[in-house]
Parts: sequence; structure tokens; C-alpha cells
Amino acid sequence: MIEFQNIGKSYDGVMAVDNLNLHIAQGELVVFIGPSGSGKSTALKMINRMIDHDRGHILLEGREIDSFDVRELRRRMGYAIQSVGLFPHWTVARNIATVPQLLGWPRERIHQRVCELLTLFGMAPAQFLQRLPHQLSGGQQQRVGVARALAADPAVLLMDEPFGALDPVTRATLQLELKRVHQSSGKTIVLVTHDIDEALLLADRIVLLNHGQVVQVATPLALLSNPADDFVLDFVGRADLGIKLLSLKPVAPLVCRAPAPPGSPTLANTASLREAVATLAVHGASVLSIVNLQQEVVGSLHAADVFSPATPSHG
Amino acid sequence: MRWQAHPVLAVCTTLGLWAAWALPVARLAPNRLLSGEPVFLSALLPGWAGWMVLPLIVLVFSPTQAPAPIPTVSAPGGLMDRWHPVTTLLLMAALLAGLFWLVGRYAQQVTFTESRLARTSLGAGFWSLLALAWLASLDAVQHLTRSAVLRHALMGGVALPFVTLLMLGVGHDLSILKEYANRDDVFWTAVRRHLQIVAVATLPSVLLALPLAWACSRFTRLRQAVFPLLNIIQTIPSIALFGLFMAPLAWLALRFPALSQAGISGVGLAPAVLALVLYSLLPITRSALAGLDQVPEATQTAARAMGMSAGQIFWRVELPLALPVLLPGLRTAVVQTIGLAAVTALVGAGGLGSLMFDGLFSAANDLVLLGVLPIVLLAMLVDALFKAAISFTRPATVLDGAPPVAQLADAGRYTA
Repeated sequence: MIEFQNIGKSYDGVMAVDNLNLHIAQGELVVFIGPSGSGKSTALKMINRMIDHDRGHILLEGREIDSFDVRELRRRMGYAIQSVGLFPHWTVARNIATVPQLLGWPRERIHQRVCELLTLFGMAPAQFLQRLPHQLSGGQQQRVGVARALAADPAVLLMDEPFGALDPVTRATLQLELKRVHQSSGKTIVLVTHDIDEALLLADRIVLLNHGQVVQVATPLALLSNPADDFVLDFVGRADLGIKLLSLKPVAPLVCRAPAPPGSPTLANTASLREAVATLAVHGASVLSIVNLQQEVVGSLHAADVFSPATPSHG
Repeated sequence: MRWQAHPVLAVCTTLGLWAAWALPVARLAPNRLLSGEPVFLSALLPGWAGWMVLPLIVLVFSPTQAPAPIPTVSAPGGLMDRWHPVTTLLLMAALLAGLFWLVGRYAQQVTFTESRLARTSLGAGFWSLLALAWLASLDAVQHLTRSAVLRHALMGGVALPFVTLLMLGVGHDLSILKEYANRDDVFWTAVRRHLQIVAVATLPSVLLALPLAWACSRFTRLRQAVFPLLNIIQTIPSIALFGLFMAPLAWLALRFPALSQAGISGVGLAPAVLALVLYSLLPITRSALAGLDQVPEATQTAARAMGMSAGQIFWRVELPLALPVLLPGLRTAVVQTIGLAAVTALVGAGGLGSLMFDGLFSAANDLVLLGVLPIVLLAMLVDALFKAAISFTRPATVLDGAPPVAQLADAGRYTA
């Protein structure tokens, strides 16, 4: 879908991005992460030519991005940023309709699409269509911002720290919504963040950058289990690496069929191992009773199995 | 119930009583060039008429039912009940019309009884009372409504009885209206010419100022070069600036016959409009730039990233968002141009200024007034229209539920 080939960009002789090679597959959610000045945002902005690269080639669906008309290229990609940048003098409806209007969609189709997107983000069209941005909460503004980016059904969605300015509760909600939208729409999404938890939660693959260079490209699980060097280890958080790893693993494979003793604390079978450990710690228990969505007991989870690499011993 | 004085009304009433007693409401002269004998209001009224000020005094010290006076910016209406400002407005409308009717009737009598050449002009007392009644009305209107449009409509209502009398010909024996009757065709030609000068000067300055401001918002260097230059132009006296253009334009017209055929010459519209354009450039450019500067960076980035062209960004995003700051600057420029256009009569551009200068050179004061009053009215009208338009705009920085400009500027609007 998107391919970086030997991409370089320098500002006053300092390399912001150096020799970046990366292939982003169709439908993949790739997260660029790194400390400030690592070049993650620059790399993102080069995709829709908000910043022009100095060296190398960027291909979109196999075609050099420089060969597109720059406005046409940008209209093919959704773009959402931390400060949202809604047009303050336009209603929510007109904000979302920006790109479809530029593309000359018929009025009826635009209206339908706007309503569809508002519904997708849990905002009742009747209630929100005619509101102005300043009449929305921060979370609602960012939802409208993402809806606007998705409006013309672009194949690629670029997001530059989209949830950075939100409070933790709203951020968590929007992260889950994004995950849902990604899974249901199959869009290729490139997201920039400096929040490792956000990256671990959302990413299919994480691209960790430092000083403009790629340090490691890996799935969240691989990044935690095989960090390439000390920098990666420090960045993901040496101290709670294990906890983060647990949060990526589901309880299901470790559940044994034998029921837990009566009175054991219960946990849903869709939970992560991190939640299992938390529940064990809270109740001071060594065994959990695992239940399904209908609250029927399906088995048990032993503390010992969580911490030993072996398969369940009580099978 | 609380007893309280209404400060603006109290001051206006006090000054008004003094003006009515001490200043001549009219002047009677044997002909149009001599300055006449003062005529006082007391001479036009029967003895018992003094009691007519009583309702005003009552109004000044009227009881109000407001629970407590809370003079805050957001609630100026809390000071008074609604009946109070309404009564004030009615009283002021009656006062304006009554005063005019009184003076007009007096002028009519003079025409019958004295020589046909005798002139009755409006005196200092009349003008003072007019101004004070207007001030009191502005204050009352401020307590009635927030809407700029409604305020202007109410002020129009206050003037309505007065204007109706004028239309009915009540004052046609007053000197100023005799001057008008003597040259009503010249008068309306002059009004049209004046408006033409203002329009022809404003349009090019907007067309120049917008791109200039746009360029300045992008290139800081340009900003540093442009504004000192515009500031210098602003300091050149208007007559000197007209003079500066006369010689080069005359030369150009002589050198290129096509130009002189197009109506461009050293005197007339060309030097006038050129100078007025230059004067308007500073206020419009400065406010347009300030307007563009406060468009949020993120909004511009988003517009660019959505694939808008530079033109689309300017017309759809930047200009609408700059309007709340741009319009007040444009208002300043247009009001200033209406005033300066009077001076352009000196270089032969015509307009209401030509009536004014005719009057000045022939020492006919009422002819001067016939030129000046419409200029003042025009400026007030345009000012009101702009204020109404501005009250509908909303600053770009409002993102967190702050009220629109109209309400922010509310408190100070009519106090100046």
C-alpha cells in the first residue's frame, strides 16, 4: 500500500529521517513511535506531502507520490491531528463534508455519508449535525476530526498523535473506537504517538524510531519479547515490561477445564493475563474461576501457570 | 422599590435645561449673509410650558423594581425596568419632534410677518438639545436590548417623528431648508457624487489591502517593509497628498491622450480617489492582517491536509475567520473616507464638500451645514450598518463557548 524506499529528510544538515525503508500492507495499522525529535511525525507527514522528502521514493499503491497532483493525493488520504483543526465557523456536518465537497459529491450522498460517520462514532446525527465545533467536548471534537478524515472513504488514514490532548478516560474510549473502526473498515492506518501503551494496544506493527533512524520494526508481542537493544528496552519501560507483555496475552490458552474450588474469584475468558494477575493480587487468590460471556463457568486459571512458560499442568 | 438616579439621563437633563435657557434655539437675520439676533426658547413657548420638564425630572429620579443594581458587563439590563427606557425613548422622540415643530412654525411666522429675505437659522440651543436627546436615547436603548440591529432600529424609531415632520415640510421656512430648496438638484447630484467617490475609493483599497495582508501574513520581511510605508502615508495631510498627485497626473494625461479620454486629469476624481485609496490602505491592511494572524494554525494545517488549494483556503477558511477583525478596520476606513471625501472638493472632485466650500467662501453658514450634515448622517449610517454586520460575526479564536463579538463589545458600545 505504502512503501518507503531509502527515505531521507534533513533540516539544516541534521537528518530528521535517515534511510527509512518500510512497507505498509493494505489494511495494516502501523504505529510510528519514538521520543521527541525522532522523526516519527516527519515520516508521517511525508506520506501526504505536508513535508517533502529529500531522498528516496515513497510509493502509494505502487505509484510514486510525487507523480500525483498534491491536492489529489491529499484528498485520497484522511488526516487527523492532535489539535483537531476543525473549521470553527462551520457546523459539524460541513466540517465532515469538507473532502467530499471538494471532490464534488452530490448533496444527498454527502448527507448520507456524514450521518453514517456520526453514527459510527456514537454521535446522534439529529443532535450533532448543526452544532458548531465550540459546542462540542474535546472528545467529540476529536471524533468529528477523525470522521472528517474518513469522510471520502480514503484508502489510507494518517493520524498525528490524535488522542494526545484528551483526558485518559476519553482517550481510552477513542482508542477502542479506532480499533473497532479499523477492524470493520479494513483501512490502512498510520498513527504517530509517543505513548507506548497506545502503540501496544492499537498496532499491528510498531515502528520504533530514534534520531531519525528505525531502531526496530515488530509486532507488539515481538517488540516486548525480543527488544532489539537497550534503547528499545528503556523505551518500552524496563520495569514493567513483563506486565505489558501479560497485557498482550489472552487467558484462553492457559485455562484448564477442571473447575476452580468454590468461592474463587471469577474472570471473563476474554480478559488478558494482566487482568488475571490483577484479579489474583486483589483477592490474594491462587486460582481464578473463568467464565464466558453468559457467566457460565468454563474452567480455571492457576497463578503458577501464568508465571511458568509451560503449558497448563492441570489439563 | 428603590429610588435611584439615572446618571446619563440626569446629566443630559441638566445640560439640556441649561441649553434651553441659556443658548438661542434659533437666530433671526434680515438676510442669508448676516448673522442674526438670538431667539430663545422662552420666546417661542407660553409661560406654563416650563412644567413640561416635569416628566423628565420624574424619569431621572424614578423608582425601579430592580432587586439590586448590579452594573456588570454581562447584565446592563439589571439596572432598570423596561418601562423606564421605553418612556425615555418616547419622551426623547417627542422632544426632538416638538422642538423642530416649534422652530419650524416660528420660521413660518417670520416669513409672513417680516421681509421675505429674512432668515431663521437653527441656533446652538437647538443643536445642543438634539445632541443631548440623542445621547439619552442611546443610553436608554442600551438598557433595552443586546442586539445591535434592534438598537439601530430603535434609534431610527426615535428619529422617525422628527423625520416625518421634515418630510411634511414643517421646517421649509428654515434657512438651511431654503438653501436646500434653492439648489435641490445640485444637492442630490452632490450626494450621489460623494457616494461615488467613497465607493470608487473603497473598492480598490479593499482589493489592494486583502492581497497585501495575505502576503504580509506569509512573509514577515514584507510586513516590516509595508507598514512603515503605510504609516508615513497616513501622516501626510490630505490636502498636501491631493496636491502631490495633481502634477504627475496632469503630466500623464498630457502625455497619454488615452488617459485623459478615460477622464483622468490633474484635477477631479483621479487625484482624489488615489489619495483616499492610500489613506484607507493602512486601516484595512492592518485589520486584515490581524484577522489572518488569529486564524488557528491547526485550522490552516487541516485545510491544507484536506487538499484545499491556496485560493480555497483563503476564501473558505481564512477570510471568513478573519472577518470579525477585518470588518471593524474596514468600518474605520469607510467612515474616514466619507469624511475625507469632503476635502476632495478642493481638487475639483465635487461631492458634498463642494456645497460646504461654496458656503464657506460666500460666508453662508447654512449652506455649509447643508454640506456637512449629510456627511455626518452618512458616516453615522455606514457606521451603524457595519456595527450590525460585525455583530453577526464570530471570532476565530472562539472555540470554547465564549459569546460572539456582539456581546463582548456590548458594554462599551454606546458609552464612547
